[in-house]
Amino acid sequence: MVSEKEIWKALEEVMDPEIPTISMVDLGIVTTVTVSENEESAHVTLIPTFSGCPALKVMEEMVSEKVHSLGVKNVTVETNFDIPWTTDRITEKGRKALLQHGLAPPPENAGMIELNVLSDVACPYCGSRNTRLTTPFGPTLCRSMHYCDNCLQAFEQFKPVG
Amino acid sequence: MLSEQTTLAVKELLYKMADDLLILGHRNSEWTGIGPMLEEDIAFSSMAQDKLGQALALYQLLHQLGEMEPDTVAFTRNSPQFHNCQLVEYPIGEYDFSLVRHFLFDNAELLRYEMLAESSYEPLAKVARKFRGELKYHKFHGDTFVMQLAKGTEESHRRIQESLNFCWNLALGIFEESPLEQELIDQGVWKGEAALRQNWLEAIRPILESCGLTIPEENSWSPVYGGRKGEHTDHLQPLLDEMTEVFRVDPTAEW
Repeated sequence: MVSEKEIWKALEEVMDPEIPTISMVDLGIVTTVTVSENEESAHVTLIPTFSGCPALKVMEEMVSEKVHSLGVKNVTVETNFDIPWTTDRITEKGRKALLQHGLAPPPENAGMIELNVLSDVACPYCGSRNTRLTTPFGPTLCRSMHYCDNCLQAFEQFKPVG
Repeated sequence: MLSEQTTLAVKELLYKMADDLLILGHRNSEWTGIGPMLEEDIAFSSMAQDKLGQALALYQLLHQLGEMEPDTVAFTRNSPQFHNCQLVEYPIGEYDFSLVRHFLFDNAELLRYEMLAESSYEPLAKVARKFRGELKYHKFHGDTFVMQLAKGTEESHRRIQESLNFCWNLALGIFEESPLEQELIDQGVWKGEAALRQNWLEAIRPILESCGLTIPEENSWSPVYGGRKGEHTDHLQPLLDEMTEVFRVDPTAEW
């Protein structure tokens, strides 16, 4: 028998398939968890970081598997657009996890993004702000590419989305 | 619940928007591996991926309104059943053409979904609120490179201007109105193509003028319509044939 709270807790151990230091909960893509009264069924809702994110299906399967492992018989996982995901949904713990993976965390208040916001980013290696944007598109849809003129390293940012 | 008439109008709107995204997404993907520099290769490929994801979300809305599954809709129709504007079906050509097309189209796209974010049809408003954050990056990209090249060398300026002249009437074709346009406006689904076109002109004019580019004289404008009614150039069917080649070999294949 399992509670909604326990499912949320368990999902903190399900990591993003492309950035294995951050959990789906800290990424802010899990929006609702409901358990039926007899506790035999659970329903989890996810929201996509990007409409074209190819990891979506994999993430649904990972979530489903995790909830099954808690002893829930029927698990349904749905992805919808009910709430638009923005980078402001990433938790403080999640921001640290991105940094740990070598990615600069996105600036906050992503609703106000302009090019200068995207360019003004601290290097995740040396912390210097003497950096420049090389391109807003990177190896995955959620990253932009930058160069640090202080430590002379190329790096990526988890780019702000509002 | 939507009335029967509004449902028809919404479906038509969704089809043309989804088809624009699918077809331009496919065209953008043709730059994968052959971009003029690595960053541009990645940019066009990323925008392609966004557009295909957005197309899928719109085909899913259509499915919820009783249309066929997204894959069936995307892969089993022929050219006359597509409602994209003709601008998006042209081959990628030289980089200057693809860039200017992308600049004109994505400026309209961002404004379109900003307008639709206020839609009275809530499922559409929800996806629009998501798309606009993604489309901002498409606009950044188009604006940045059009301005850089227009201010670059004599040749780069000339090429951007020539592509702008070539694309102009095709781009005006984006805003071809539906016979059910008034229904959409009356029901608050959105403010319609004419309002979008006005917003678009106001958005792109200062950008183009800031880098010495000239919009063709208004009395010479002759929008290329027909795409929304299924009238297409000879460029579309070969694209569809290529896009559906694997699907046609084995429609039930999984990967």
